[in-house]
Amino acid sequence: MAKLYAYISHKNGVADDTALELLTAAAKIDAGASVTAIVTGSGADLDKVCQEMAASYKEVLKIDNEAMAYPNAEIIRKALVEIIKDDDIVLLPHDTFGMDLGPGLSIKTDSPFAADIVDIEGVDGSTLKLIRQEFAGQVYTHVTCDISSGAILNIRPGVCKADESKAAGGSVTETSVSADLSAGRRYLETVIPEAGDVDITKSDVLVSVGRGIEDEENIEIAQELADAMGAVVSCSRPIVDAKWLEQSRQVGTSGKTVKPKVYMAMGISGSFQHLGGIKGGFMIAVNKNPKAPIFQVANVGVVADILEFMPELTEKIGDL
Amino acid sequence: MEILVCIKRVPDNEENEIELNSAGNDIDRDDLVYSVNEWDNYAVEEAIQIVDNVGGSVTVVSIGDEEVDEVLRREMAMGAEKGIMLTDDAFEGSDGKGIATILKGVVEKGNYDLIMTGAQADEGYAQIGGMLAAMMDVPFASLVNKIEVGDKTLKIGREIEGGNQEMNEIDLPCVLSIQTGINEPRYVGIRGIRKVASVEIPEFGASDLGIDAGTIGEAAAKVKRVDYFMPDLGDGAEMLEGSTEEIIDKLIEILKANGGLS
Ligand SMILES: Cc1cc2nc3c(=O)[nH]c(=O)nc-3n(C[C@H](O)[C@H](O)[C@H](O)COP(=O)(O)OP(=O)(O)OC[C@H]3O[C@@H](n4cnc5c(N)ncnc54)[C@H](O)[C@@H]3O)c2cc1C
Ligand SMILES: Nc1ncnc2c1ncn2[C@@H]1O[C@H](COP(=O)(O)O)[C@@H](O)[C@H]1O
Repeated sequence: MAKLYAYISHKNGVADDTALELLTAAAKIDAGASVTAIVTGSGADLDKVCQEMAASYKEVLKIDNEAMAYPNAEIIRKALVEIIKDDDIVLLPHDTFGMDLGPGLSIKTDSPFAADIVDIEGVDGSTLKLIRQEFAGQVYTHVTCDISSGAILNIRPGVCKADESKAAGGSVTETSVSADLSAGRRYLETVIPEAGDVDITKSDVLVSVGRGIEDEENIEIAQELADAMGAVVSCSRPIVDAKWLEQSRQVGTSGKTVKPKVYMAMGISGSFQHLGGIKGGFMIAVNKNPKAPIFQVANVGVVADILEFMPELTEKIGDL
Repeated sequence: MEILVCIKRVPDNEENEIELNSAGNDIDRDDLVYSVNEWDNYAVEEAIQIVDNVGGSVTVVSIGDEEVDEVLRREMAMGAEKGIMLTDDAFEGSDGKGIATILKGVVEKGNYDLIMTGAQADEGYAQIGGMLAAMMDVPFASLVNKIEVGDKTLKIGREIEGGNQEMNEIDLPCVLSIQTGINEPRYVGIRGIRKVASVEIPEFGASDLGIDAGTIGEAAAKVKRVDYFMPDLGDGAEMLEGSTEEIIDKLIEILKANGGLS
């Protein structure tokens, strides 16, 4: 019988939000299945996470090994390859760790890989029906995955609602790995980015610019609007990649998490990595494309060219 | 350092609004502008900079139809010395594993110290680099945003959540998937492209690479896109309409009501 596994990401003894989201995702594959949480790491932190997971997962498989104290995908892959059998299905979060682990794990376990899954429709025989997006969320796709030899499935963080009932009363089983855990890639250290000139997380109002700003000189237009509003300018990732603004102003999964009163998304399409950094607040989106995905999540939308719209808004606010 | 960079020709997200066609079963491909996948362009720039520093050469490879010639030449105009085109009807419909299998065929024909892919492409799978590395049994790192060349190893930075950077040492040969922002890709003018217009780009198919056609293409694919669609997404945003004047007046009221203007 195929087993369902969920890989639990954790840090400092606390499980990641995705830990319970994966349990919800697993239930969409097989509502009756007993899902096993795999938790790797070392020491007291690991024990804490295992206990926490046993409240929600019926079975928790603990692998305590010094070599896994830091989650190095190459080493964890070796451990998983020993556990995963023929047609087992493994769920991973589609985050920076899941992207590191999933593709290679699928090759080593000879099972297909599907990534950035936004929903699971169910199973039909040996076909798993998935929903994904392409082109940064502009269109959706139905995808089939043949699970007769198992599967590695990377689930997008945040799309499955965690079941917080903690009613599993599960048990923790420990297992060990026999493979040589040396790796061709060795973790050295984590470097934390320098604090920038402003702290966008402290601002009640953000005027956030995306690729729609088109040119470095146009950043000034957003700054003028922000000044008029008493707001701070933040941005999406391409603006930082282009070095038009400092990294400390980037909102998103690889940037800052913000929770302003009002978030003005100016020329931002609304990719999940960007939205992942916005944890609330009233969102106003201005975009020249009426079908931009940002309009699905914004509270208020305006279809306009931001390069024309922002100066007019600035002027009107100045006249108040 | 001999570097192979895998590049994909994709509909350009910046130049097009990608939407469904009128039948609702595919994206509208009329007048689509194609270009090299954004992430791959950063990878090529990084490869060129490494070779500028330590010597060696950069080869770019792309799987697709004859039109990949255009993106190969664009990246060669940036400074990649060689291009390889992989076209074959047997490649069509490949899933990620199929694409990685084809690329492995090319890797085995060369003698590369370093293989680079983009972190992800238009379909957002972020899978090819990791698959290729596992097939070749060499180390892999995803989302690389810094590379320092050492002796038989590289010191690399990976972008992780919150913009933190995870530093690693990795043995060569290896596969790295490159994240945007690692460098500032150079501009390529029409003159640069003209310069490489007559460089010969070898073309290989499945049999040239010694690939069993049964392991690639539609028939071998276990992960398949069935269709494109747009779900019913509910009401979404309240769209402000009217003249710009009217919209701005409404917006100012909304801003005031929500604490956006003091
Ligand atoms: C691992 C990983 C981590 C990432 N982390 C982040 C992150 O932390 N933050 C982040 O933002 N992204 C992140 N990204 C990138 C993300 O996937 C998107 O590429 C990015 O968010 C897109 O930014 P954008 O919306 O500004 O640009 P685009 O997607 O190019 O959208 C630009 C929008 O502007 C509109 N537009 C263009 N011109 C105008 C105009 N004149 N007036 C009005 N509208 C206009 C267009 O219609 C379009 O909707 C990450 C990606 C990866 C792979
Ligand atoms: N058809 C292709 N030809 C060459 N390289 C590709 C192709 N498809 C994907 N890649 C490489 O794999 C990377 C990741 O793509 P993906 O895994 O599809 O998101 C891309 O950035 C390219 O470097």
